[in-house]
Amino acid sequence: MSVIDVMGGWTDVGTLADIPRLGARVVTSAIGNIALFRTARDEVFALEDRCPHKGGPLSQGIVHGRGVSCPLHNWLIDLGTGEACAPDHGCTKVIDLKREGDRILLRVPRG
Amino acid sequence: MNMLTPRKQRLILVGNGMAGMRTVEEILARAPNRFEITVFGAEPHVNYNRIMLSPVLAGEKCFDDIVINERAWYEANGIELICGEKIVSVDREARQVHGANGTVRPYDVLLLATGSNPFVIPVPGASLPGVVTFRDMADVDAMLAAAKTHRHAVVIGGGLLGLEAANGLALNGMDVTVVHLMPTLMERQLDVAAGTLLAGDLERRGIKVLAAANTKALLGDDRVRAVQLADGTEIPADLVVMAVGIRPNGELGKAIGLETKRGIVVDDGMRTSDPAIYAIGECVEHRGQTYGLVAPLWDMAKVCADRITETADTGYQGTVTGTRLKVTGIDMFSAGDILGDADSEDIVLRDASRGVYKRLILKDDRLVGVVLYGDAGEGNWYFQLLKDAAPIGALRDDLIFGQAFALGGGAAIDPMAAVAAMADEAEVCGCNGVCKGKITAAIVEKGLTSLDAVRAHTKASASCGSCTPMVEQILALSLGGAYQASTAIKAMCKCTNHPHEAVRARILAEGLKTIPGVMHALGWTTPDGCSSCRPALNFYLLAAWPGEYVDDAQSRFINERAHANIQKDGTFSVVPRMWGGVTNAKELRAIADVVDKYEIPAVKVTGGQRIDLLGVRKEQLPDVWRDLNAAGMVSGHAYGKALRTVKTCVGSEWCRFGTQDSTGMGVALERMTWGSMHPHKVKLAVSGCPRNCAEATIKDFGVIAVDSGWELHIGGNGGIKLRGTDFLCKVTTDAEVLEYCGAFLELYRQEARYLDRTAPWVERVGLDYVKQRIVEDAAGRAALYAAFLHAQSFAQVDPWAERVAADAAMRHEYRPLALVE
Repeated sequence: MSVIDVMGGWTDVGTLADIPRLGARVVTSAIGNIALFRTARDEVFALEDRCPHKGGPLSQGIVHGRGVSCPLHNWLIDLGTGEACAPDHGCTKVIDLKREGDRILLRVPRG
Repeated sequence: MNMLTPRKQRLILVGNGMAGMRTVEEILARAPNRFEITVFGAEPHVNYNRIMLSPVLAGEKCFDDIVINERAWYEANGIELICGEKIVSVDREARQVHGANGTVRPYDVLLLATGSNPFVIPVPGASLPGVVTFRDMADVDAMLAAAKTHRHAVVIGGGLLGLEAANGLALNGMDVTVVHLMPTLMERQLDVAAGTLLAGDLERRGIKVLAAANTKALLGDDRVRAVQLADGTEIPADLVVMAVGIRPNGELGKAIGLETKRGIVVDDGMRTSDPAIYAIGECVEHRGQTYGLVAPLWDMAKVCADRITETADTGYQGTVTGTRLKVTGIDMFSAGDILGDADSEDIVLRDASRGVYKRLILKDDRLVGVVLYGDAGEGNWYFQLLKDAAPIGALRDDLIFGQAFALGGGAAIDPMAAVAAMADEAEVCGCNGVCKGKITAAIVEKGLTSLDAVRAHTKASASCGSCTPMVEQILALSLGGAYQASTAIKAMCKCTNHPHEAVRARILAEGLKTIPGVMHALGWTTPDGCSSCRPALNFYLLAAWPGEYVDDAQSRFINERAHANIQKDGTFSVVPRMWGGVTNAKELRAIADVVDKYEIPAVKVTGGQRIDLLGVRKEQLPDVWRDLNAAGMVSGHAYGKALRTVKTCVGSEWCRFGTQDSTGMGVALERMTWGSMHPHKVKLAVSGCPRNCAEATIKDFGVIAVDSGWELHIGGNGGIKLRGTDFLCKVTTDAEVLEYCGAFLELYRQEARYLDRTAPWVERVGLDYVKQRIVEDAAGRAALYAAFLHAQSFAQVDPWAERVAADAAMRHEYRPLALVE
């Protein structure tokens, strides 16, 4: 597990290369698991790892476009907003993320 | 050189864009072997569909989707492609071009297609970092990069290009303001009423519109920070897109002494003032006109190719252009003279609650202008009337209600009749300039039966796809019932129009071996598919190219990616294989040890005669597998669209009724079939007598022992919809059971749709078909069996052992990336 630096609430959690393209990795935290996603265009997003529907682990879903399909019941969640796509309703918390060069930093709210 | 063949003429194209390459395609169609062709492109890409940059920016397409000709196409046509090198001079006397990197090529015919440059308004700060234009892929990349790290975008220019840029940036999460000099948007294409509706629709999408706003300066030090207007207003901006128009790029033409005005001057044959040099596209000026839309390029390309190949003496007469905005959800069309004058008359339809506005401008009983907003479905028909310039006459009363109504004399008519009534010269596909007659001719001459074939042969509907319904109607009209039948098959998913069977056929026929390759070749509408089509394509490729295709882990459902079944709480279950349901003390002891060691909360015996360990956390999986592997157990594939279990009874070894060794047969079947991937899960069973204790008659492939041999049954299902098996045939030897089973499974793997169990598949294709392939056709059966065994030689690798043995990189999927305190 990587060494953690804390800088103004930002935590370095790894590099782009740590996440498979069109895939996800999990970061554990005091508020529960956080899912880090990487799209085909190498955009990176962080969401709470819980589907708004039945709490399914979104990190285990299939990533496509800018969305992820929940592995439990196939809800499609927008990676940018955490919102479920119509006709479903619900929202997953978006975790602040920034990139510095190749590094990925998260700011996780206190639990 | 062979003395009998004359030297080929050398053709050089400067500009690897749409106009130039379309001309090359037209030339190849007329005289395939006449020229030795070299293409120079300043951009470091193969040639792509520039008008589709907007969907790329909007995230609806990716670069690969808009490539027109891949490198392989250039190679196949013997064309030398030199990307990323600008032509700096031309020696017209020696007939040679000189590239910036020192490349020199001689020519007999030179074609200039240098396109246009975006116009940058000369205000202070225009060269600051963060200020871009919207012209090529590099601009799109710059905008997408800015959208990731910055928030405020200002687009200067509320015309076609500017609004498409604004929409794309808004979809990428930016806060977008459009600054437009004129009082209404797109004033060259839309009148005030339509422009106002458009501004309202954009505002509802979160795009702010500032009309009648004059940009005075761009402010900032290291990077643009704000846009300052003439009235002193400052709008915050981390990104500024200049989209105020384009200028023909006649620079090279001018430098080498060709006659140039606004652009390189050409005659009706697209020839410049030097008879050996032609020019085409946005860099030219023809009869005092310059063009910035795609339709004129197609017309010019045809004429230019006719002249260069000397196949026809055609002349370019100018092009009447129509405009559509490529913003998904905004439906508009405009063409001709939209302002009108004192002598023109208007017919207007307004439906405010639907947001529909239609205005037709008539002059001397002819349609001279069209503005459609909110419902532009009739755009093509009006455009054709406008280009034909035929008298409107009695049509006038119903003209505003559209083609079907007007031609039907006021009665609603079948939309097919409207397509039937279209003239052969009527344009169907605006992106690629394809008219109805060309499509009909291709269908008849080439025997086309599918939308895809029409796309491949004519390019109609191959770009933005908005004319797809019309192309399908033309197919239906040309083929009658034959086409109806094929459309009844559902598309794989919303990413494509192709049904499963067509996708599989193309994978084999065209040797497609990657998921992106399939998506590109078949025109997928999404950049990387969805959770429905990606796993299907992954399976189809795996089944088509055993040993060759590299499995794409990110296109598998989590169960198959993690080799364990995800449960409702996000934990996993682990099921080791028990061959034919047979186990022993060593295995059971190892399982018990694993349960204790990892504190696995639940253990259950499954319906498939094995043991399920429930509640294993993802990060524990590799360790659990390692311990089970050490006791000789492998994955049971209880999580996969794969061979699951072979259920058996004890058979003649122990049972007083048993007629054959059903357990031994079950073990042999499981040894042969384990590890095979299928469209859905597959379950087998072997019963030792007709009492059928192994319930073989509700399995995908069931075997029942009788005194004289084995009965084979197929297509059973004990799931949602109970279905008893169909009796396939009876065989006498053990070897035959294995051969028939392998052949049946291979037929199912090759021909069923992904996520079809064998039961609905057998019902769809019919038992007779399966019997014919498996029972009657002995040679076919042997070939299927051989194919199955060949695929199995690559498939029978224990995925658990693979992951346990793998280095940290492969195992880390199972561990958290980091911990945030």
